[in-house]
Amino acid sequence: MAKLISKINVRSQDFLDNAAHMQRQVDDLRVKLGEIKLGGGERSRDRHLSRGKLLPRDRVNALLDNGSAFLEFSQLAAYKVYEDNVPSAGIITGIGRVGGQECVIVANDATVKGGTYYPLTVKKHLRAQAIAQENNLPCVYLVDSGGANLPNQGDVFPDKEHFGRIFFNQANMSANNIPQIAVVMGSCTAGGAYVPAMADESIIVKEQGTIFLAGPPLVKAATGEIVSAEDLGGADVHCRTSGVTDHYAQNDHHALEIARSAVSNLNRVKPVDINFHQVSEPQYPSSDIYGIIPKDTRQPYDVREVIARIVDGSDFNEFKALYGNTLVCGFSHIFGYPVGIVANNGVLFGESAEKGAHFIQLCAMRKIPLVFLQNITGFMVGKQYESGGIAKHGAKMVTAVATAQVPKFTILIGGSFGAGNYGMCGRAYDPRFLFMWPNARISVMGGEQAAGVMAQVTRDKKAKLGESWSDAEEQAFKQPIIEDYEHQGHPYYASARLWDDGIIDPADTRQVLGLAISASLNKPIEETKFGIFRM
Amino acid sequence: MFNKILIANRGEIACRIINTAKQMGVLTVAVYSDADKDALHVHMADEAIYIGPSPSRESYLLGDKVIAAALKTGAQAIHPGYGFLSENAGFCRACTTNNITFIGPPVAAIEAMGSKSAAKNIMEKANVPLVPGYHGDDQSRDIIKKAADDMGYPVLLKATAGGGGKGMRQVWSESEFDEGLAAAKREAMSSFGDDTMLVEKYLTQPRHVEIQVFCDNHQHAVYLFERDCSVQRRHQKVIEEAPAFKMSAKLRAQMGESAIKSAQAIGYQGAGTVEFLLDVDGSFYFMEMNTRLQVEHPVTEMISGQDLVEWQLRVAAGEVLPKTQEQLVINGHAFEARIYAEDANNDFLPATGKLSLLQTPIESEHVRIDTGVRQGDEVSVYYDPMIAKLIVWDESREKALKRLAKALSEYRINGVTTNIDFLYNLATSKPFIEEDIDTGFIEKNHSLIFHDGAQELLNELPIVALYLILSNEKKAHISAAQSNDPHSPWHHPNAWRLNEAHTHVLVLAHNDDEYTVTVEQLFQSQGQGSDVNYLINIDNKQFDCQGTISNNIILVNINGHRSQATISVDENNISLYRENGVFNFTHILPDCGQLDIDDKHGGLTAPMNGTMVSVLIKAGDFVKKNQPLVIMEAMKMEHTIKAPSDGTIDEVFFQAGDMVDGGAELLAFSTDDE
Repeated sequence: MAKLISKINVRSQDFLDNAAHMQRQVDDLRVKLGEIKLGGGERSRDRHLSRGKLLPRDRVNALLDNGSAFLEFSQLAAYKVYEDNVPSAGIITGIGRVGGQECVIVANDATVKGGTYYPLTVKKHLRAQAIAQENNLPCVYLVDSGGANLPNQGDVFPDKEHFGRIFFNQANMSANNIPQIAVVMGSCTAGGAYVPAMADESIIVKEQGTIFLAGPPLVKAATGEIVSAEDLGGADVHCRTSGVTDHYAQNDHHALEIARSAVSNLNRVKPVDINFHQVSEPQYPSSDIYGIIPKDTRQPYDVREVIARIVDGSDFNEFKALYGNTLVCGFSHIFGYPVGIVANNGVLFGESAEKGAHFIQLCAMRKIPLVFLQNITGFMVGKQYESGGIAKHGAKMVTAVATAQVPKFTILIGGSFGAGNYGMCGRAYDPRFLFMWPNARISVMGGEQAAGVMAQVTRDKKAKLGESWSDAEEQAFKQPIIEDYEHQGHPYYASARLWDDGIIDPADTRQVLGLAISASLNKPIEETKFGIFRM
Repeated sequence: MFNKILIANRGEIACRIINTAKQMGVLTVAVYSDADKDALHVHMADEAIYIGPSPSRESYLLGDKVIAAALKTGAQAIHPGYGFLSENAGFCRACTTNNITFIGPPVAAIEAMGSKSAAKNIMEKANVPLVPGYHGDDQSRDIIKKAADDMGYPVLLKATAGGGGKGMRQVWSESEFDEGLAAAKREAMSSFGDDTMLVEKYLTQPRHVEIQVFCDNHQHAVYLFERDCSVQRRHQKVIEEAPAFKMSAKLRAQMGESAIKSAQAIGYQGAGTVEFLLDVDGSFYFMEMNTRLQVEHPVTEMISGQDLVEWQLRVAAGEVLPKTQEQLVINGHAFEARIYAEDANNDFLPATGKLSLLQTPIESEHVRIDTGVRQGDEVSVYYDPMIAKLIVWDESREKALKRLAKALSEYRINGVTTNIDFLYNLATSKPFIEEDIDTGFIEKNHSLIFHDGAQELLNELPIVALYLILSNEKKAHISAAQSNDPHSPWHHPNAWRLNEAHTHVLVLAHNDDEYTVTVEQLFQSQGQGSDVNYLINIDNKQFDCQGTISNNIILVNINGHRSQATISVDENNISLYRENGVFNFTHILPDCGQLDIDDKHGGLTAPMNGTMVSVLIKAGDFVKKNQPLVIMEAMKMEHTIKAPSDGTIDEVFFQAGDMVDGGAELLAFSTDDE
């Protein structure tokens, strides 16, 4: 293995400035998340606790194995999306270990709007299920939700990727022996009732959990019958009479303990069929990444400096190092797992794209997971490149990325613009996981470029009409466009809408990739059949 | 020498005797009851004979059966050990009648020492010092006062009919005498209707020092020095040592000669022990003589280099004593700690159960363990709950005491409550180290030994928390290595969280106080093992910690202070052994509430195996909280079971006299609120 030798001077002023800049962005993220992780307001948390219920994060902690990591998804979901404050979209999702088995955990947060489903709550729930499905991970649902958020029902109920899809997924995962376990720790009303009902095994907490298609108010309105929630759909009803639930729990801790034993009885073996190496830590501390990423996004840097701080022993066997060098490709290991790394080192040229397509083919054939470190302004433009066939070279890379069946992992470490996003395995290309760094930006093109294009179109139109357009007027026209792109390209905006699986601290990249790769190996790697490569 | 002997005993002493017999080429016969059919002593002996059901009065105490076993196997002699038949004159006589040698003193000696008052008369005649006192019939004030003046103050006035401290007065000086006498008489009269008084010298800080003597039947007698057995709880010895501390050669010789005089006064043969009270001024007074091998004999063996059981066999076989007095010298210092199945924190209530884990310190020239049990054996209700004797030796008292503490901290027993922690606290307590010891030691130093009262525990909690985290890591490491995905970061129990601190929350209880300890795992340079720093927070106090564990030792660095400690774990109970004692913690796990399904019909269960002594209530009775319901007896101790709350007795499942298994439901009880 070839070792990457860092050329960074960690004492230089640039490094220190960069580091301080990244630190501010990470601190800002942590502060925002610190509030978000509290869930609902103090009053609703107190009310929740006073009923003898555990807070959702404590439920997750109690469910997990002692000391297990928890790879949480989309912590910023719904951040500043709705008029209401809906922290984490009122649902906590992630992967954690239960009984030695990696599981997807979906936990409603009843302290946030009663755990009701906003459109992004649905999206986040479905995304967690997609992760379970793609990676063959058992699902544990900690249910405590009032069902669809009624004012938003139009964006929650009717469409394909809406509420009903949750149960469709449950049924189909169950059919594929991806176990579905539900723990009813609060209400499961209306559609929500199907989560435990559709589960393979379900647990309910006495005097806390209730399951019914219609709650007492609706029953009274419909038939005049007056009945308490507990008598209508409490643990005793469903464990002793209806058979909707299978296990009767004394309290939250007991329910979670039953869920743990249910998982440990699943009889699953992780089909790890991979030639792993001994693990060694990178030669350089991951915190160096802060100082490596330039404060000024237009300033270039060598992405190998980042790779050296992510991979085992900073060992990296580069492929075609002397060809198409704006794309860095090579073989490495992360936590002993073999990986193929595809990382941007500048704009994509035809050669870089061809090299990328070749490298992805190698990894797909050899069943080596792919890691994309995305920092791309796009493919090269201009007469020379168009006539050189940049479109067909780009198409080869996109074809390779789209059809490669090895697990793919994408980290947006800088810009993600235009077709570069496609070639580098953006969200549409089904990476198993996609995470962003706080400094990353995502949009169809850069704000400056977009404003420039739109200004040019406007200027041409005005010229045809013989109108004049001063530089000041043009600047005033461009400024809001630039600001809009900056706002909508910001990771918080992206993450709030689930364009990714979350924003991560750059220093955690190795850890996150290790957890994600390991989780993905719960599903055997399939053979790849590529599409037609335009030659 | 005998060809074959029978050991009329069980447990550690039977094993101890068999060991020596084997070394001497003497064949051994064990006897056993139902409870002991797989006991260690049975396996060690060349032959073993079943002698009856588990209760000792139906087996080990039946002299006829023992003698029959000896006759059946052709054993020429019987070693009675201690307890059981060892001081039973009738059994000794029966041996002689059946032509079997009793390895012990002659019948007459046993009988002479059998009655304490008779023994005192013999000793008085032999000029052995007794506690000065006046037991006369003449009750005139002047006579009693003169006796008190003559023996010197303080004195103790006692009602001859007395008991329980009633009618008893300490008088510290002549001037207090009249007042004390009047008060004692008044109290005696009202309590017993009899104000007859006796007066004795009051020893303020007496020590229990005993002399090991040995006599053969060739007129030789020697003493093998003394043992200090002052540390006692309820007249049971706890830690014994030899030689006694603060003992001059002159006093040793005086006491030794006095002991020999006592033995000779009753024509003694074999091993015997003369017990004295030793006063601070060096005066000593005869208490009693034990005509058998003592439990604590190993400390004498360790400092004298002699095997007392071998001596017993030789003397019984008619040989002369192996050594003369001049040939006997003291070498170093030895301690013995008696490891019992008992709950020191609960008034030394005997405990029973299965020894699910039994790990002893490694035996060496410094550490000796006399035991009769193995891992997996049961400590039953039928016999003395002693598990083992831990004996240590070194050149000096100081060194030997350090060895004792270390060995105790290495002794691991799970499944049964033991007194090991109590012994450890005692052995590491300052007054014990500083030889500030008398027979009141345990009462005087209670808070030191039992860690009474609330404590900050800021030195202990971080170590225990770190231990739990590190041992969880170790467990995870092992299971990772066994998995088919050994390098997965999912194996690391580091509580990793995205964009927040990696924190473990532990709740630890000490006595009745609960402490919440948070342990944050800091990833400096993504390191593993000892590179990882842990930030421990207790009550807003921070501790920067690192540590490693191997076996039961934890090496820690807490805020720059490196140290090590021994820890033992039994399920969720964690014992931390420190220089100043042992600290017991319970790791509190979430309450899963499984038990409360039938909680309202609270069954009251037996705390241990035992016998129902009396049932104070009947079905249908209404009872008040804490009202005594039934009384059980186990190991000669009574235990009262009280009502947990106001309620009604639904049913009673046992009657007086029934044998009850530990954990058995005694009665059905409904709380009042139903």
